[in-house]
Amino acid sequence: MKPKHQRLVLVVLALFALIGAGLLAAYALRNQASYFYLPEQMLENPPEPGQAVRLGGMVEEGSLQTAADGVTLTFAVTGNDGARVPVRFSGIAPDLFVEGSGVVAEGRLGPGGTFIADNLLAKHDENYVPRELQEMEQHRAAEMAEETTVGLE
Amino acid sequence: MHGFANPKRFLSLAAWLTPALLIGGLLTSAAALYWGLFQVPPDRLMGETVRILFLHVPAAWLGMGGWMAIALSSLAFLVWRHPLAALAARAAALPGLAFTIICLATGSIWGRPTWGTWWVWDGRLTSMLVLAFLYAAYIALAQAAQREGLSPRIPALFGLLGAINIPIINRSVVWWNSLHQPPSITVGKSAIDAEFLIPLLVAVIGFSLLFGGVVLARMRALLADIQAEARLRRRAMEAV
Repeated sequence: MKPKHQRLVLVVLALFALIGAGLLAAYALRNQASYFYLPEQMLENPPEPGQAVRLGGMVEEGSLQTAADGVTLTFAVTGNDGARVPVRFSGIAPDLFVEGSGVVAEGRLGPGGTFIADNLLAKHDENYVPRELQEMEQHRAAEMAEETTVGLE
Repeated sequence: MHGFANPKRFLSLAAWLTPALLIGGLLTSAAALYWGLFQVPPDRLMGETVRILFLHVPAAWLGMGGWMAIALSSLAFLVWRHPLAALAARAAALPGLAFTIICLATGSIWGRPTWGTWWVWDGRLTSMLVLAFLYAAYIALAQAAQREGLSPRIPALFGLLGAINIPIINRSVVWWNSLHQPPSITVGKSAIDAEFLIPLLVAVIGFSLLFGGVVLARMRALLADIQAEARLRRRAMEAV
């Protein structure tokens, strides 16, 4: 074997080992590196009451209500297989926060299983559709969003 | 491939390819930006803010593509020991860092109106910030290696090592729950309507041509530097 080939084999082997190590590390971080809890994760493995956590999922259609004071919103965040967590939030929600869309709520789990949010972040899905085509595409886009939003198969 | 590794042949190729790529890239990306910033209709949810897509996505692609260029050139340098490969890696670092910073900045500006925050520490944003730091470290290391006369294999190994971050950036939105959206374009499938997708592809092509032109121009400059230095050294030897 020529030295050049030896180097090639060595570098390729090192590269494979490196990528393997990286993938293993990333896999081990699977849960720790997630930015938020899905509703089913929060129900299955609830965080300590009062501990600051994030909850992410879809805003359930028809669940969004504004309280009499005008600034308190209540809604439910849904995940896979019917898991849902009720959320209460007082403040200004981002523009993209609508029913049937993704949301990440920062706050803590209150007594009685209601999530008390201090801050809402809107999670945009990967679909980009011009406004003119909205009517025509709305149905399909909503279906696609539900299908493809990560963590919600 | 070895044909292009000859510096003379490389220089005669680069002499016309550099301006061709730079001019072609400038024209194509200017046309794509005009199309994306002024001509496409607003998005159904985001409205006008969707226009930043046409800068953010090409910048993200070239930020990651730049490191792939560093890694492949470093591999070629380590295996075949050709000095031009080391030059190519060094030349790709600065434009790669520039596009990574553009990607982070446009993403942050986009995040404020759409997500409701400038920055979050989710998997995608964090791994992209790590890429910017890797670029800065690579540039410092390559410069130090040249100045101190260290082996150019040191930055090459670092370039190869840093490539592990690229699949992590790519998969971050799939592996971990993140605020950043999952990929819109996957093999053979796009969740972006054709009205946005076509100008986006033109922008990606235009900025990539520009990137290639900048890399070639920087390689020529680095080669000229080396030649000038060699000539000065020869003169100094003759004078003695």
